[in-house]
This record gives sequence, C-alpha cells and structure tokens, in this order.
Amino acid sequence: MNKIKAIVMDEKDNVATLLLRIKADDQVQIAVGERYFTTQVKESIPYGHKIALTDIEKGEKIIKYGEVIGRAINDIKKGTHVHVHNIESLCIL
Amino acid sequence: MKITGYERPDGSVGLRNHVAILPSVGCANDVAVRLGRMYPNVALLCHRQGCSQVGSDNDQTARTLVGLGKNPNIAGVLVVGLGCETIPPEYLAEEISKTKKMVESLVFNEEEGLMAALPKGARYIDRMLHEASKMTRVPCDLEQITLGLKCGLSDTTSGIASNPAVGIAADMLVEFGGTVIFGETPELIGAEHLLGKRTASPEIEEKLYRAVNECKERVKASGGDIQEANVAPGNIEGGITTIEEKSLGAIKKAGGTTLQGVLDYGEIPKGKGLFFMDSPGRSPDALTGLNASGAQIIIFPTGGGSPAGSLISPVIKITANSRTAQRLKDHIDVDVSSVINGEELLVTAGERIFQKLLKVANGELSKAEGLGFGGISVWNIGPLCG
Repeated sequence: MNKIKAIVMDEKDNVATLLLRIKADDQVQIAVGERYFTTQVKESIPYGHKIALTDIEKGEKIIKYGEVIGRAINDIKKGTHVHVHNIESLCIL
Repeated sequence: MKITGYERPDGSVGLRNHVAILPSVGCANDVAVRLGRMYPNVALLCHRQGCSQVGSDNDQTARTLVGLGKNPNIAGVLVVGLGCETIPPEYLAEEISKTKKMVESLVFNEEEGLMAALPKGARYIDRMLHEASKMTRVPCDLEQITLGLKCGLSDTTSGIASNPAVGIAADMLVEFGGTVIFGETPELIGAEHLLGKRTASPEIEEKLYRAVNECKERVKASGGDIQEANVAPGNIEGGITTIEEKSLGAIKKAGGTTLQGVLDYGEIPKGKGLFFMDSPGRSPDALTGLNASGAQIIIFPTGGGSPAGSLISPVIKITANSRTAQRLKDHIDVDVSSVINGEELLVTAGERIFQKLLKVANGELSKAEGLGFGGISVWNIGPLCG
C-alpha cells in the first residue's frame, strides 16, 4: 500500500487532513477511499492539520466526515491551511 | 466463542476478582487508606463525595457508589463510613448486598477510634480475600461482557483511525450479544444528530437530545465557553479545530449499531447492546461512571497518550499516533498507526483490538492495570448544602 500523505474522510468533504508536515509548493497525495489525487500546497501546514481542497468563501460551511465542522470566517484559498485562524464553530451557546 | 470469568451469585460475571474498600464519604478516606496500607492488593476506592449533597446530586452519588460496589469485577466489598454522613454506609451495604456478594460495613463512629476500627476492618478484609482466593474462572459467553468506551487526549489520528477501529471492535461485541457503554456528553455536541438517527425508539432519541441540551445549559449558566473547555490546547496543536470536529471523530468509537438506551451517570443498563451514558469527558469521572454502570473492561483510544486507568477494571489503551505508541510504549496496549501509514486496513486493526479485548478479559493485564493507575472521581452536579 502507498504511504498516505493526506486523507479525505468522505466524498462530500472540502478539507483533507494531513498525515505528514508539508511545506509551501509541495505536491501532496491525497487519499479518498480507494482513489488518490494530487494537489498543490500553497503554504506550510503541520502534521494532523487540515488543507482546503477548493476555494472556500467567507461564511461557507467546512465539511469533514461528510458533516459540518464549522464555517469560514475569511475567504480560504485552495491548498491553504484550515484551522482556528480562519474557521469557527457553529456551536455557539 | 467463550471467555473465562468469575461467576457471581447474581448471574453476572467478573473479569477480575477484586476485594474493594469503598468509603461512603470522603471523611472516611483516612480510615480506608490505613486499611489499604495493610492490604495493598485491595482496590481502594477513595473519593470525596457522600455528604452535604442534595436532590439529584445526592441520588447520583449514591447510585454511583452502589454501582461501583455492584461491579461484577468485585468479589467482596468493605464499606467504610463515619456514620454521620448523608449517604449512610448501611444503605450502601444493603443495596450492594442485593447482588449476594460478600459485603461488610465498618462504621467509624461506632468504634473507639482508629485503634479499634482497624483490627475489625482488617478481619473483614482478610476473610474476604481468603474467600475470593478460592474462586476460579469458568467459561462464559461474550454476552456477559459490558465494555466501557472512553477516548482521551484526542488528536487528528483519533477520528481517522483509532476511534473507528475501536468502533469495529465494539460492533463485534454487540454482534456477540454483549453490551457497550460510551459517554462524554460534551463530546457529543455537534454530532448528536448522527446518534439521534439510530436510536431504538423516539423516547431514547428525546432523552439523548435532552442530555446534550442540559449539558449546554450548564456550561452557559456557568459563563464558560464549551469550545475552550472541550477543545483543549493539546487538541488544537494536534489539528482539531472545533468541537464539532472533535465530536464527529469521538462518536466513531461507538461503532454503528442501534442505540438501545440513554443512561443516567452510573446507571446500570437493563438490556444488551449499545448505550450512551450522560457523563463528563474528564477521565476519572468518565471512567468511574462506566465502572458504576457495570463495565468490567474499558477500551480507551488516545491520540496524545493519556495514561489514565481504573482500579476496578482493566483499561486498554489504543493509539494511531506512531509517536505516542513509541514514546509511551509502557502505557499503550495496541498500536494502530499502521492504518495511518497505509499498511493496514481499518477492519483488520479493529479485529486486532477485539482480540486484545478477549485476551485482557481472560486475565492478561493491560498496561495501565499492570502499573496500578486509577482512582475514583464521582461526578458532582449540585451544590454543597452543608
């Protein structure tokens, strides 16, 4: 089996989770079930963190595991880091 | 397929054969500790509750202490109380005695101080240890197992590999007729709708949402931030961004079977299959609740490597984080990082976890168990009124 570099948990997801640290301009191989595809990385992202699979607009929902995990608080470019600096939880009490 | 265990008079099966000292109140801990020092191989279940509590909080503590005493892994229990506390030691002893296991009580205020109480308590324990030593394991069915699930110090590998692999093992146990209990209500927030879709009845669905909403209300009333409390700095550093993301990963450890019921904290289920227990995510409280509701064995997937254990049941640690598996090899039982590396299928990892469950059920020590890690913390939900 190939070493998985990043994984998409569900076909509906717009983020992948990195299974190794990547640097800007790396090509990262992403697994979606049995399929693989490659995407260009725009910035350094730590191990375990998320990368945007498409351009995401401010206010748009972030999908992981096929479910909503938050929404974008800024526009997010494809291939960039998705984390606490640009997404927020929808579970505000 | 069979395992071996200790048959108890009430028909339940213990996977371990402990004699326990159970204080009815925190004030009796000192007496309990002195007895524990004389018998270091006894499970010393000290806690800080049992007095000055009211209403549902008092009921919950009483239910939990009774549940701990009733746990099938315990062959005999000495309840140690002062005699002035809100939850009387005699009440606990009477309730636990309904299982027909060995139960004694030592009430400090009836004795002339520690010097009189110690020999009395020691004689009770000595007798129970001797009786327990005569008990032997016999073959029994997997449906006798109640498996508790708890995840802790989660990171990105938790939702991707360790929790789903545990879910596979959990489904296998339910298939064999066993019971699986998972809890941590705060870690259902953002994922409760997935569980709500697969309840055995609308009443169970309603109780589930009520438990989650009450949890949210409690956090709101305290002025706290659920995001901050639940998604800790360690989680954020590991890549988990929001509580929804954490919950969606956490829920995978419960597998895919129908939810048969929602339990109050420390409530023993009346039936087999998958149950949710309303409980905190904080490890000592969560593990105490699982033991009180009858879990004889616990599987605990972890990302960063929580060392938590239980004095009553083996806690089996699973990780899919290869760095954790290496750094904490003295604490981790099953390493499933091979799934992350693409070297193993999730289903095979799940089967490996199930095989470990059977070995530990049959007597192999888990790492946390061998180290003697664990302690009781009863979830306190009300004010102190005394």
